[in-house]
Amino acid sequence: MSILATGVTKNFGAYTALDDVSIEIPGGSLTALLGPSGSGKSTLLRVIAGLETPDVGRVEIDGTDVTGVRPQDRGVGFVFQHYAAFKHMTVRGNVGFGLSVRRRPRAKIRERVDELLALVQLEGLGDRYPSQLSGGQRQRMALARALAVEPSVLLLDEPFGALDARVRAELRRWLRRLHEQVHVTTVLVTHDQEEAMEVADRIAVMDHARLQQVGTPKELYEEPTNPFVMGFVGAVNRLGESFVRPHDLELRQVPNGVTHAARVERVTHLGFEVRVELEQESGGALMAQLTRNEAEELGISEGDTVHVAPRRERVFAGGDGI
Amino acid sequence: MLSRLVMRFTAIAFLLLMLVVPLALVGYLAFEDGAGPVWDAATSPAALSALRLTLIIAVIAVPLNAVFGIIAALLLTRPRLPGRTLLSVVIDLPLALSPVVVGLALVLVWSRNGWFGQWAIDQGVQVIFATPGMVMATIVVSLPFVVRELVPVLKELGTEQQQAAATLGASPPQIFWRIVLPAIRHGLAYGVVLTTARALGEYGAVAVVSGKIAGRTETLTLHVEERFQAFDLVAAYTASIMLAILAVITVAVMRLLNRGEH
Repeated sequence: MSILATGVTKNFGAYTALDDVSIEIPGGSLTALLGPSGSGKSTLLRVIAGLETPDVGRVEIDGTDVTGVRPQDRGVGFVFQHYAAFKHMTVRGNVGFGLSVRRRPRAKIRERVDELLALVQLEGLGDRYPSQLSGGQRQRMALARALAVEPSVLLLDEPFGALDARVRAELRRWLRRLHEQVHVTTVLVTHDQEEAMEVADRIAVMDHARLQQVGTPKELYEEPTNPFVMGFVGAVNRLGESFVRPHDLELRQVPNGVTHAARVERVTHLGFEVRVELEQESGGALMAQLTRNEAEELGISEGDTVHVAPRRERVFAGGDGI
Repeated sequence: MLSRLVMRFTAIAFLLLMLVVPLALVGYLAFEDGAGPVWDAATSPAALSALRLTLIIAVIAVPLNAVFGIIAALLLTRPRLPGRTLLSVVIDLPLALSPVVVGLALVLVWSRNGWFGQWAIDQGVQVIFATPGMVMATIVVSLPFVVRELVPVLKELGTEQQQAAATLGASPPQIFWRIVLPAIRHGLAYGVVLTTARALGEYGAVAVVSGKIAGRTETLTLHVEERFQAFDLVAAYTASIMLAILAVITVAVMRLLNRGEH
């Protein structure tokens, strides 16, 4: 089911969390809301869920205006960063809660809970309490709980933010597979561009309460519309007026007229990739990524002077702000 | 190591000196002439009436304060509530105010010449020098305990579980009964114990509004004092023991209700 937010503005006192944000999220997609903390991404998610009421603007789910509808009646599943597990209930109690408040028959609830526990790979843990689960298990329980009521949209607020890196990577892949199985329209809030790129098929970048750009991961990386997006979805160098990705910097031993001279500050070998930190003679640090072969051919070491030119670059009108 | 021993000794000595010895002495003195006089004192009409009244007051005041306490605590932990500070101060007032003042204030409002007194009498209800006034006095003095226990618990609980329940379709009453109440029940139980203890033991406020009519408006605490003044020491000690037993039962019941936890 698609989600449509139109002209949404939300203030908390003097602080503006959302400033005239409009976004369309197609049905069945997995969209990431990506941005630094304080960019408004979580507030937008909570507005979609009905946990916050926008000051201005409207929210539609599947073509129906839900702006004034309580969260109870929106048919959304919401997963919180810190799980929001019902601590006094077992895993079964948690997962079945949404069905139980809808007064479904017990046998039906049991059946559905079993199904969901299998889906999130928590079979056999149904009688435990949340405190007896690991962080990753708790978050999968929270996902099962949200999916139990068959929501039309699934909203995830930094769902992996409280987990350690290894579990996070595992859960990302697992979420991707789950989405292919369940196909419910999913919105994921994250500040981690790698997470957004890996999991989502569409990314909406937010900053300063505004939507900056929406597109596929590839579009955002290759055709960012402003310096903020370019810098947020990947590393970037400033070379005069233009912005260049580290792997789009060409390093040469001899100048060719268009190159900028720079001194090699540090060379880091990261297996396949070699990272070169440079200081331009005209001032300003640069970072270049070379393959191991390129680095060997070039044969540079720290203290050398090299000549740098962009293979690909982007120039933004009135562009500044990295 | 030594300092821990010293601390432990100090704590135990203090408890013994201030609490255990005097209480034990009350028990010892009551039974000085055997169990017969104690039994007679405990089953005297005045003592039984005092026990009954004490229980009636507690049974009305404690649940009312529990309900009020939950509502007030929920209000006080709401992020954007106008007048929150004022509400908080008013709820704390009975802790600082002398109970005698509470009793006096009730007399001023509810006595025959008070604001509502005549109206109450017209409805056929006597408030002052009767049970309703004593219940009111007890409610006021034991008002803050449940609220003060619950506010930190509710703050700790946060709102995420409630929001999660809302997105899962739970109505506000369902959220309260199924999420909030189970999460706060330990704090609530402790608040209820404190409220009950205060309700059973209140003297000053109840004394002012009761008129202390033996066999009619005397609670156990008032009965203790009245017998003591009349040099009927066995009856005074016996009523004291009855109060102590009620206190122990209160604590024991709450312990029992709180068992089987994670």
